[in-house]
Amino acid sequence: MSARSAAQPSAVSRLTASTEGRLAVIAVAVFLGMALMSPDKFLSVQNLTSMAFQFPEFAILALAMTITMLTGGIDLSVVGIANMTAIIAALILTRATGSGDGWGVLAFALSASVAVGLLAGLFNGILIAKLGLPPILATLGSGLIFTGIAIAMTGGSAVMGFPAATAWIGNSTILGIPAPVILFALLAIGISLLLTRTGFGIKLRMFGANPLAARYAAIDIDAMLIRVYMLSGALAAVSGMVVMSRANSAKADYGSSYLLLAVLIAVLGGVNPYGGYGRVIGVVLAVLSMQFLSSGMNMLQVSNFARELIWGTLLIFVMVMNTWRTRPRNA
Amino acid sequence: MKAGAMKLDWTRNETLVALVILGFCTAAAISDPGFLSLATLTDLLRGGIVLGIFAVAALIVLISGGIDVSFTAVAAFTMYVTAMILNAALPWLPWWAALAFGMAVGACLGAVNGVLIAFFGLPTLIVTLGTMSIFRGTMLTFIGQKQITTLPPGMRDFGRMMLLRGENADGSFYSLHGAFVVTVLVVMLTWTILHRTMLGRQIFAIGGSEESARRIGINVRKVQFFVYIYVGALAGLAGIIHASMARVANPFDLVGLELSVIAAVVLGGARLAGGHGTLTGTILGVALIVLVRNSLIVLGIPSTWQSVTIGCLILLGTGLPAWQAKRAAARAA
Repeated sequence: MSARSAAQPSAVSRLTASTEGRLAVIAVAVFLGMALMSPDKFLSVQNLTSMAFQFPEFAILALAMTITMLTGGIDLSVVGIANMTAIIAALILTRATGSGDGWGVLAFALSASVAVGLLAGLFNGILIAKLGLPPILATLGSGLIFTGIAIAMTGGSAVMGFPAATAWIGNSTILGIPAPVILFALLAIGISLLLTRTGFGIKLRMFGANPLAARYAAIDIDAMLIRVYMLSGALAAVSGMVVMSRANSAKADYGSSYLLLAVLIAVLGGVNPYGGYGRVIGVVLAVLSMQFLSSGMNMLQVSNFARELIWGTLLIFVMVMNTWRTRPRNA
Repeated sequence: MKAGAMKLDWTRNETLVALVILGFCTAAAISDPGFLSLATLTDLLRGGIVLGIFAVAALIVLISGGIDVSFTAVAAFTMYVTAMILNAALPWLPWWAALAFGMAVGACLGAVNGVLIAFFGLPTLIVTLGTMSIFRGTMLTFIGQKQITTLPPGMRDFGRMMLLRGENADGSFYSLHGAFVVTVLVVMLTWTILHRTMLGRQIFAIGGSEESARRIGINVRKVQFFVYIYVGALAGLAGIIHASMARVANPFDLVGLELSVIAAVVLGGARLAGGHGTLTGTILGVALIVLVRNSLIVLGIPSTWQSVTIGCLILLGTGLPAWQAKRAAARAA
């Protein structure tokens, strides 16, 4: 923001000095590049709206990944939580269709899924904070358990047949803006405020930067970590709702590629996987770059697998650029 | 602790995993007396061949203080490309040369990880996440997506090699694949490197504390570079063995297995923080995972509960030592 309004000669170097600035340049460059390569298709209203419907589901998972990474942890169970909560909501929706137009049931299903997401996060938080498990292992194990519960509840098949109101979360538009985007924007702004404007956010980043110093500063680390993973679980549940509504079904193995994608986006967005640094704006820019890239490649008829290749290359490229700038720590 | 060599050390993961395996087998034998048969054993060993090589690879990375999630992609890439090249240009290569060729391809891919990690100093999880997508994406985009059903003669010969083969009293067949010997050799070679060479001591030292290792004059970059090349070579070898045993090179195989392998290794006592881990523990961890995958049904638990069981085992296997360590730390403070 400030870099754009500043009219000093150093504007460009200031823009590229921060991770977020460089990402903004990448996002704009990708957008312009794709727009130049197929202007009539890429800039069409149809493409722009379809992009807007596609990214929120994994972008919300990336937000969950971001807050856990800020504490130096990681949450590998997000996709498991998303699917488990989606299946619980789906079972509620299919069982109780008789009453009214479905809005009441939908509201109940939504709150149930977020509540289960919070519980799942509480489970992770207790494992990590109280029992001292490393976050990677705790969430790897719990992720398998959540996915397993989802499989056991459904026998592995898809749950479908929802009341019409369900489609509202994932497929409707409000004032011409797709509902999932509005949902994502609200969550992103909320998380950003939480991280920068509240004591909780400051404690969280302090702990990520230096756990020992945070302990000596008398921060209640256990309570903080539990809340972080509960928040992550709730975000995963919301993402699960969006996926369920868009797919009009719920299944135990939906979105399995989203886990790595969420990690990739968070890291691409400049979040330090060792904790302490990360901004929501960076994550948003990373999400947009990814979506522009994959939609653009779709237009150019590149295969899905090339997308994977380009994502990986982008991730490594950005990491090399980041360390190149800050000099290899040599530590 | 040292008093009495026969006394069980409850703080070790190996003891815990061995007891769980023993308990599992006892319960399985009670509910189905047919469980204790040669066929079950050979099935178990067969299931451990590829998983075992992967686990040894994952172990050595964990000991060096890193984590590698790209090894399954390396294996898939290697088996597919090797099968293709041998079919097209070198069909006369004997089986051992095909294995060596695969190891070389895998080592080259491992070197990519090595350069990024050792020379650019990037975090290992991020690098291997990235290269996993790159290897898989490159293979599926530029090389091919179709299964190769006619393997080159060398790999076909290897696929037919059996150590023993026989028939049970009830008429069912059992067999043990020759590739089991390769897994045993890999374990022995890795044990020698880790415990009988300077390089092995250096790998442990780097995992314990990279900075201390550097200050006592260890060339950290060189050792890390070696680790990722070695892991690549092992992954390549595992890929060729997998294709030979399945008699088909399917580019969509193997990927997705990486977290289960790492889970098996961690279950066996290796620490994510580095510097700790044993081959005994790793083998026990692999045995437990294969046992759960193959024989959960014998205990009357439906296979839909398989991932819940593995998840619980991971939490239990890592939770108990972590909790004990936390209590010990609290007592010391």
